[in-house]
Order: sequence, then structure tokens, then C-alpha cells
Amino acid sequence: MVLELKDKPGQLLRAIEPISRLGGNIIGVVHKRDRVSPLERISVEISVKIDEGRVEELIEALKRNGVVVKAYNEVRLVASTSLLLVGHIIHTDLSDTVNTIDATGFAEVVEMHISMPEVNEPSTAMVTVSATGKDELKKAVSLLKETCRKKDIMVIEPLNEDLA
Amino acid sequence: MKDVKGLKRVAIAGFGVVGRGLAKALVTKKDVLIKRAGDYRIAAICDSKGGIYSEEGVDVFEAIRIKEKEGRLPEELTVEDIIDRIDILFECTPTNVETGEPGLSHIKLALENGVDVITSNKGPLVVGYKELMKTAKKTGAKLMYEATVGGAMPIIKLVKNELAGNEVLSIKGILNGTCNYILSRMEQEKMPYSQILSEAQELGIAEADPTYDVEGIDAAAKLVILANSLMNSNATFSDVERTGISSITPEAFEIAAMKGYTIRLIAEATRDELRVSPRLVPFNSPLCVYGTLNAALIQTDLAGEVVVMGRGAGSSETASAMLSDFVELSRCGSK
Ligand SMILES: NC(=O)c1ccc[n+]([C@@H]2O[C@H](COP(=O)([O-])OP(=O)(O)OC[C@H]3O[C@@H](n4cnc5c(N)ncnc54)[C@H](OP(=O)(O)O)[C@@H]3O)[C@@H](O)[C@H]2O)c1
Repeated sequence: MVLELKDKPGQLLRAIEPISRLGGNIIGVVHKRDRVSPLERISVEISVKIDEGRVEELIEALKRNGVVVKAYNEVRLVASTSLLLVGHIIHTDLSDTVNTIDATGFAEVVEMHISMPEVNEPSTAMVTVSATGKDELKKAVSLLKETCRKKDIMVIEPLNEDLA
Repeated sequence: MKDVKGLKRVAIAGFGVVGRGLAKALVTKKDVLIKRAGDYRIAAICDSKGGIYSEEGVDVFEAIRIKEKEGRLPEELTVEDIIDRIDILFECTPTNVETGEPGLSHIKLALENGVDVITSNKGPLVVGYKELMKTAKKTGAKLMYEATVGGAMPIIKLVKNELAGNEVLSIKGILNGTCNYILSRMEQEKMPYSQILSEAQELGIAEADPTYDVEGIDAAAKLVILANSLMNSNATFSDVERTGISSITPEAFEIAAMKGYTIRLIAEATRDELRVSPRLVPFNSPLCVYGTLNAALIQTDLAGEVVVMGRGAGSSETASAMLSDFVELSRCGSK
């Protein structure tokens, strides 16, 4: 999102505070000092990862803090789904498996929960994938399935997620 | 062919769990059935080694007694021998999804001779649906198969009759009671697959060789029948993408539960694909059923979603589906 802040010390904090209070993560901050508004405000571009349902709340909180929100919503991970992987997940290079999704640029693994009963026994993982749209999510899931097929990992997909 | 009084002569091919259940129901429910389907008599029954025939009607309970005592029916008799002396054939021989036999030959022969067929055997439909339907159309004989999918759970006629006018967009179903039993027990007991499988085998819910059920073959066969008959597909068994349940871990259920899911073997038919695979099913989904139950969620263009549930197998349950076909036959005018 692009925010406008007064060109005074402590202003960035006014923007950051509501983000972390609402459970958001700041991914990047770019000061655009060359873009000064007529009211002597400076532009700051902040990339935030936050629960979709809290975006409105965040905008409100920022306004209350005197921060002007010029634009937001450029990239949203709007679609997500959880999948279960069963098999030799660890032995077959888990980070490589996750990477097939993260490397797409339009989807990422946002949550993972692994259970390893014993060494050499198959383990189980619940992976949550988010993407910028439904089609992207579908693509990401087929990529993941493809990778898992090669590694002989079973993928258990959800029944009635927006995927179908 | 039919005798003057309009009496229907029926034959039963296959005298196992289903054949016997059906024979009994045809006798014990005769009063009710006559009113709905007209008068009938069981003229012949065949098993793999022999048969029994009587123009006056076979004594079913005597036949069952002989079968249980001798292991076979007394006369040298095959379906071929009696085909010109019957009006309806009930096909209850074992399923073979590769060749369709022996049921495929039985059904072809019957339809070619203008004999209506009611089958519980999936094999012939999986292998030769289009061809059989073509033959039926040519001779005017009818082929009914409610019992092949979902046992007592109504689905084929439900969609064809009650939902007539709808386009079926997708079907998602639990079509194999054995897998559903194993998965729901794994969910509840947190025990490994192998242990629950042994339990199911002891209870007679799973076969000694469980491959047919646990590898999703049975569900895939049923899915092909649903797709071809209700979604106007031209699918064969090999079109189904299939994953079984044997490598599912007990931990999978625990982790899935944290997100509000359980795991069930789901057969899914859409416009683009047919697949049978374990899926994450929300606990509040109508497809989250327990034990050996079957269920199906049918998505249509006009009626939206319709859900059915019922017993997917068993002697009297399968007979129930075959009797409903029997009544339907006379309703839509059997030859
Ligand atoms: N069991 C269920 O709950 C259920 C539910 C729905 C559908 N079905 C389907 O219904 C069919 C019958 O199932 P079932 O459980 O009754 O099987 P079953 O108990 O094994 O009985 C099969 C019967 O078919 C007979 N048979 C085999 N080859 C034959 C032939 N060439 N000519 C005449 N009879 C022949 C067998 O003869 P012998 O007795 O001499 O071996 C046996 O009596 C199967 O296709 C099955 O998939 C079963």
C-alpha cells in the first residue's frame, strides 16, 4: 500500500503500530522522498502481509493515526487452501517441495504443520498455500501435485475449497 | 413372448448374497409388488455350476436350502438355456471390471432377445455401457442398474426421474462402504490402517483380498457408471484417476482435524475429470458420514445441490434397489 506521512520524525511508527497490532507482517518499506505531496507529505510504500479480513480494519486504524492511505490492495493472496502430504516428506527434500510453490511468485506456502512419528516411517504434513487468485491457486496446487508425484508423496486435497 | 395373462417370468443369474436376498424379497414382498408391477413368477435361477427351472415358479426357499446344502443348484442349466422362456433377467453374478464377464454376455443375450435386464453387477456397464444401451434401444428391451451404485441409496433413478430437466454439473460421492468404514474408524480410534483393515475383515466388511475396495477400483467402476448414465459422458475405467487409502497415516487424521477436516475416499465426476482419491472433508460436510454408509452430493444447474445417503451394500439393501427397478420397469412399460 502507498501511504502519505508528514515529513516529521516518528511518523513511520504511526503507520507500523496498527499493522503489527492487527497481526500483519511488514515485508518491505520503500521511502519515496522524491514524491512530496503539495501538503508536504512524503510517500511511503509498504508491503504488508495481513489476513484478508483485517484489511478494512487496518485502513481505518491508519487513518485514525493521521496516516493518509493513497492506495492499497495491489497484490493480495486472496485464495488459499490446505493440503495434506503423506509420505517421505523430509527425506525427499521438503524445502525443494515448498520451493516449487514459493518460486512461482504468485503463490506461497503460508503455513505448515508436520508430524513425524518415527525415523524412516512416512510423515504427514498439512500445508496451506495462498495465491493471488483462484486460477493461480489451481496452478500452484497442480505444481505441488506434480512435484509430489515424482517424489511418491500422496497429496490429499480438500473437497470443496474454491479450487473445484 | 409374454404369456397371455400378462404374467412376467423372471430369472435370476447369480445365487450368492445378492441373488438370494433378491429371491427372498421377490417372494416375501409379492403382495405389494404385484399391485405395483403386475403378476410375476420366478421361472429360473442359475449359479456358476447349474440352475433350477420351473414353469410354475421355483420354490425359492427350497432352492436356497439346496444351494446351502449342496453348494450348487441341481440342474444343468445356463442363462442361455432359459433366455427364450423369460421376460426379465436379474443379473447378480460377480463383477469383473476388465472383461465384464460373465454378466456382459448374459446381458447382451437378454437384450438381443428382447428380455429386460435388472443388474447389480457393475462390470458389464463399465465395460460396455454404450454398446448395451444401443442394443437395448434396437430391441426395445430395458436395462436397469440402480443396484450397481450406492446399494439401497437412490441415485440413478433419482437423477433421471426426480431431477429430470436438470443438467448434472458434478457428482461427489462416497461410493465404497468398506473404505468409509476403515477411514471413519481410523479417525475415531487413531489406529493404523493395517489394524483397522484386520478388524474390518473379521467383521466381514472387508474381503480377504481387499484390493478391489481399498485401491478405489470399486468406487471408480461406480463413478464410470454415474458419469456415463447421468452426465452423458463416454468414460471408461481407465479414464479415472485413482488413489487408494492404504498409505494414509493415523497422524493425517490428527493434523486434518486441527483445520476442521476428516479424510474420506471421494469419487468425483466433473465435466473435465473423473477421480477417486482420499480427500479432506469438512466435519460439517454432508459427505462426512460414518461406518459403511454411502453418500452423494449431486450438483445440478436448476436444483442446486442435492444430497443422498444410505446403505451402500448388503443383501436386502441391494434387493431393495433391484425391486425399485422392477417396479419402474412396469411403470415405463416393459415389453
Ligand atoms: N454384496 C453386495 O452387497 C452387493 C451390492 C451391490 C452390488 N453387488 C454386485 O452384485 C453382484 C453379486 O454380488 P454378490 O455379493 O451376491 O456375489 P456372490 O455372493 O459372490 O455371488 C455371485 C453369484 O454368481 C454366481 N455365478 C458366477 N458365475 C456365474 C455364471 N457364469 N452364471 C451364473 N451364475 C454365476 C456364483 O455362483 P456360485 O454360487 O456357484 O459360486 C454366485 O452364486 C456382484 O456383481 C456385486 O458386485 C453386490
